[in-house]
Amino acid sequence: MKDLLKKLVETYGPAGNEGPIREVIRKEVEGLVDEVVVDALGNLIAIRRGQGPKVMIAAHMDEIGIIVTHIDEKGFVRFSNIGGISPHMLIGQRVIFANGTVGVFGMEKLDDIKDLRLSKMFIDIGAKDEASAREKVSVGDVAGLCRQACFQGDRVIAKSLDDRAGCAVLIQVLRELANKEIPNQVYAVFTVQEELGLRGARTAAYRVNPDIGFAVDVTGTGDTPEAPTMAVELGKGAAIKVKDAVVLTHPRVRQFMIETAEKKGIPYQLEVLERGGTDTGPIHLTREGVPSGAISIPTRYIHTPSEMADMNDIENVVKLFVAILEEQLDALIV
Amino acid sequence: MLLKTLTEAFGVPGQEQEIANVIRELVSPYCDSVETDALGNLIAIKNGNEKGPKVMLTAHMDEVGLMVMFIEKSGTLRFKPIGGIDPRVLVSKSVYIGKNRVPGVIGAKPIHLQKWEEADKPFDIDGLFIDIGAKDKEEAEKLVKLGDGIIFATKYEDIGNNRAKAKAFDDRIGCAVLIRLLTMEKRWDFTIQGVFTAQEEIGGRGAQVASYRLEPDMAIGFEGTTASDVPGSKEHLYSTSLGKGPALTHADASIVADPRIVKRLMEVAEAKGIPYQWRELTTGGTDAGRIHLVREGIPAAVVSVPTRYIHSPVSIIDKTDYENAVNLMAAFLDSIEERGLPF
Repeated sequence: MKDLLKKLVETYGPAGNEGPIREVIRKEVEGLVDEVVVDALGNLIAIRRGQGPKVMIAAHMDEIGIIVTHIDEKGFVRFSNIGGISPHMLIGQRVIFANGTVGVFGMEKLDDIKDLRLSKMFIDIGAKDEASAREKVSVGDVAGLCRQACFQGDRVIAKSLDDRAGCAVLIQVLRELANKEIPNQVYAVFTVQEELGLRGARTAAYRVNPDIGFAVDVTGTGDTPEAPTMAVELGKGAAIKVKDAVVLTHPRVRQFMIETAEKKGIPYQLEVLERGGTDTGPIHLTREGVPSGAISIPTRYIHTPSEMADMNDIENVVKLFVAILEEQLDALIV
Repeated sequence: MLLKTLTEAFGVPGQEQEIANVIRELVSPYCDSVETDALGNLIAIKNGNEKGPKVMLTAHMDEVGLMVMFIEKSGTLRFKPIGGIDPRVLVSKSVYIGKNRVPGVIGAKPIHLQKWEEADKPFDIDGLFIDIGAKDKEEAEKLVKLGDGIIFATKYEDIGNNRAKAKAFDDRIGCAVLIRLLTMEKRWDFTIQGVFTAQEEIGGRGAQVASYRLEPDMAIGFEGTTASDVPGSKEHLYSTSLGKGPALTHADASIVADPRIVKRLMEVAEAKGIPYQWRELTTGGTDAGRIHLVREGIPAAVVSVPTRYIHSPVSIIDKTDYENAVNLMAAFLDSIEERGLPF
């Protein structure tokens, strides 16, 4: 699974520009499912048909990044954010464009670093002038953070664990179910544009029209020095979501997830996330409403080039989804 | 004169009847059907070949404005903005209230009576009121009622070299582009769903239900968008500039425009020698943001006419940008006929 995760986190795919990551994932899931489709917005939907309720599980394949807004006469590139980006996080970082061009962040002279804004920063791609810059990048081009994954002990440090770790979980779940009979139909959806407001999940859920919905995404932790209060820790198991800013998970679905984890002896913890949302939000509000839950991967330093998660947690999220999908889920439907 | 008629019409969000009627008169002779839906969207259809795609083109009819919220004993009116208006631009402006266009003036405490610390700050909404010349509440109530919409009393004028100033170019200039396309003698061999949307300025509400109803294969929204090519703005924050052609959007706060549509727009512009520019800011949102998320998702993009001083009593456009927006869109529609949809 480390190889899979490394490949996923290092593949280019900022929100709205998911082409390369979509192709990597498509290759992984073809052969594991009956059909793979891409919808109007670019969501990849891997369908495992059969009997029983339609269960949608979403993980978003997009990552945060930047978009070029202006190129000046000296070849410096101005930019805006794609998804939640703190300007301070960017100092000293590199980005990489779809064509492989690498840029480094610089900033205007500031009297106080607190005044740092994206509009006072620029990307230097090493161009000597505007014309040579325009040979490499154009207004509207999008770049992602540039970092390799690193595995250290049980921990993984990488960019875009949000939510390539969730994508890895979904792929691994499909692998483990590949030769099994299960009483559910599985719609594994690799969504687009989650980082821009949970957009892809909305149209995908409308199309799939699921009986039950799940999302798998990363969540913050409260286990670092002077951290905000949050009862989620790295290495303590799959985080069963109670709430975030856009969903209260369905009590029956949540209870079922807890009981399944206990029955199978899968370590779990409960997640109450005050800020931030996941694809579960739009899924549960689709059409007439969808009973929905979510399982999160505890992750430190989210939306930085060095997010950190515990491989055991990721494995446990896989185990919990496999266990859930092996169960009869009719009782969860209203 | 199309731009004068459109920009001077009344149409704050939720009260678009007057502007809708104006547009209905203009497009009806050229369309197969013109209907108004439950939220007030005006839907004008030009049928093509039944098997062909359905292309939705939208522009919003509503304009930012104000609404009467309270009538004081003195007969002056308290109000709130409907849509995003900077309160600093309001004081001393002439306005019209309601569909009968009762004239009024936005008043405030005179400078002679302000304390020093008050005079240093711009008025906020609560420090402003509208004076309609009524001597008391009873007299005011004969002229206006709570909930009446309020528009700026700005007349359209041509200025400079082929430029124009008026209120509500956001988005009556988009309406003008759409009207020009719908009233062309040419009939394309696919269906054009022209939608003049309601309530864009309060969150793209009309566009959402109209696209649910029409289920188009793709959509393009026409907008009057921010041009900040003015003193005090740095060049990389202009977003768009007047006179450099219609602006295409890669991404704003509400949508990543479908790259296949954007590419086709670039191709036809370059093939026909039509100038265009990029909208260089990623803030702000439009109807397309709502449209592309409807049902199973609708590929969508935005074409804008750069407009200075939007969301204020008076805005300025360059009419060559407007003409080029019409040319670009006509060429784009031709390309669908020749080559099919861009995906």
